[in-house]
Amino acid sequence: MARQPNKETLLDWYRQMVLIRRFEERCAELYQQGLIGGFLHLYIGPEATGVGAVAALREQDHVITAYRDHGIALARGLDVNRVMAEMLGKRTGVSGGKGGSMHLADRDLHMWGGYGIVGGHLPLAAGIALAAKYQGKDEVVVALMGDGSTNIGYFHESLNLSAVWDLPVVWLVENNQYGMGTAVGRASGAVEIVNKANAYCCGADGHGMLQGPRVDGMDVMAVYDAISEAAEHARKYGPVLVESLTYRLEGHSMGDPQRYRTKEEVESFQTKGPIGRFRALLSDKYKGVESALDRIDEEALKAVDDAVEFAKNSPDPTYDDLVSHVYVD
Amino acid sequence: MPDITLIDAIRQAMDEEMARDENVFITGEDVGPRGGVFRATMGLYDKYGPDRVIDSPLAELSIVAVGIGAALVGMRPICEIQFADYIYPAFNQIVNEAAYIYYRSNGEWNVPMVIRSPYGGGIGGGLYHSQSAEAFFAHRPGLKVVIPSNPYDAKGLLKSAVRDPNPVMFFEPKKGYRLIRGDVPEHDYTVPIGPANVSRKGTDVTVYAYGMMHYYTLQAAQMVADQDGIQCEVVDIRTLVPLDTETVLNSFKKTGKALIVYEDNRFLGYGAEIAAILSDEAFEYMDAPIRRLAGLDVPGVPFAHPMQDLFMPSPEKIASAIRDLAAY
Ligand SMILES: Cc1ncc(C[n+]2csc(CCOP(=O)(O)OP(=O)(O)O)c2C)c(N)n1
Ligand SMILES: [Mg+2]
Repeated sequence: MARQPNKETLLDWYRQMVLIRRFEERCAELYQQGLIGGFLHLYIGPEATGVGAVAALREQDHVITAYRDHGIALARGLDVNRVMAEMLGKRTGVSGGKGGSMHLADRDLHMWGGYGIVGGHLPLAAGIALAAKYQGKDEVVVALMGDGSTNIGYFHESLNLSAVWDLPVVWLVENNQYGMGTAVGRASGAVEIVNKANAYCCGADGHGMLQGPRVDGMDVMAVYDAISEAAEHARKYGPVLVESLTYRLEGHSMGDPQRYRTKEEVESFQTKGPIGRFRALLSDKYKGVESALDRIDEEALKAVDDAVEFAKNSPDPTYDDLVSHVYVD
Repeated sequence: MPDITLIDAIRQAMDEEMARDENVFITGEDVGPRGGVFRATMGLYDKYGPDRVIDSPLAELSIVAVGIGAALVGMRPICEIQFADYIYPAFNQIVNEAAYIYYRSNGEWNVPMVIRSPYGGGIGGGLYHSQSAEAFFAHRPGLKVVIPSNPYDAKGLLKSAVRDPNPVMFFEPKKGYRLIRGDVPEHDYTVPIGPANVSRKGTDVTVYAYGMMHYYTLQAAQMVADQDGIQCEVVDIRTLVPLDTETVLNSFKKTGKALIVYEDNRFLGYGAEIAAILSDEAFEYMDAPIRRLAGLDVPGVPFAHPMQDLFMPSPEKIASAIRDLAAY
């Protein structure tokens, strides 16, 4: 059973989700203003998945994800100032402006980063898990990925070998229904992605879990429970795949005309948004908590304001930065 | 003749080839209703239907391999890899299958297919939306490698590529998709794969370039002509494989000075081959060291704009390299 979160913990999850939302909204603005360039993929909609999953991990566990990584990075505790600085390509950013939005990472926090090549990080997750097992460490790896990445070979190779070697990995599919403009059913033979796990016996090899769960990814509590249980299984026995049903409320990246879905569809999910829902739950559960929640809202806004200020006032990278870190001396 | 963008020329070429030959089909990620990330296939799904404009799963290996298989039995696939940065999952299929089949079958089967992919930096895309991949593929005999620099060539070369009996890598300078415009006939024409194009006549220095760097080179050539009275000859390589060695050599024999501009990493890049050919076959015409201006030898184009600008050749940097060479 998952550790039961107390009030303080739940408020912290709320704080993380609100921080992510405010952070992403500000990124969108900065992108419009030309202060953030390149390709920007927002984590607006799936906050509960990222926060719930990361909350289920211990300090020594590992996280790795795809390019839609801002929310995971913030949930894992990367400094919001330095993450924002990375968005703006500043020297103080988490990778000094080299990686940008899609490659947020922090070795000390065991956040092994976002990855721009879809699916490319999945075998790395298996490698991290292999090492943990070899070194006799009680560590588990949570590898997040989009639904789209379950169609590339990397996914299938990774699941297979994680099962063959009983690796402590939780494969967490963030099924937001689309890979760019392609709906899941048009790209994946298995529409319930969790079925793909059965083929590789991820969570199905007789250790008490017949198949990994499909979880409501808009419900932070449900994600937390599912990942906690999956992580425990992974530590004891081996890999599990969890499919989180979520939705991205914004385009694939900035400037996506979104011809592949209707306004009504998006609106129907807006009302089911994870933050409002969690706030309602907290208000229900704890009488008089509203003022605390309001304060969290304000603090999140302030943290993002400060982060933007920090980023704007940070120096640009230089030629020396450009040519540094090609080889380890 | 209508003045259109590079991307429109590419779309026109595919449209016309699909109308001409029903064996031509397109596959790739989001090439269907979405019309591709850069809108290269916009409208083609509506016109030719889901059987000929096929959205693939996110799986580059399969996009290419399915193309190879279909090409073996008479189809003419155009496979789109969304960004050159994502071509590596398909690398084995390209260099070990597509490039080999005609050779290993001793001339019995061949692979008439096109692999289109946007390449290059300058759009702030960072590490995985900015790469140039031509050197990897130009290195493997059996593949043709084409990189157009303007709408007229893009349309004509792409049509040739579709009709070519060999696998053709067709890299498109994405920064130029909407920036580079030019007159393009609405009727059917082709530009042959093979000949380079002397796009500007001059006597002092030859600059060799392709794709986006050719566009910048023309600007640089104008700058040095206006400001310094230097007359550059510009050779647009256009087809990296096969290379038009004759045109490359002829220009050098006239000017005796060569600058090769490419945005791929400099080390072992395409320019190294041109430099080797010049020194090998026109040594006695050489009036100055052969120079390369290229992307820096770091693994990728970093995200931050200042670093991207430091990485990339630009019209100003090209002009300055031309001046150095002219003064030598
Ligand atoms: C190997 C590779 N191919 C293509 C791309 C381009 N691309 C980036 S995101 C994406 C869709 C991914 O969808 P999904 O895995 O569902 O993640 P989501 O964006 O929905 O979070 C594509 C095709 C890429 N980054 N890497
Ligand atoms: Mg998705």
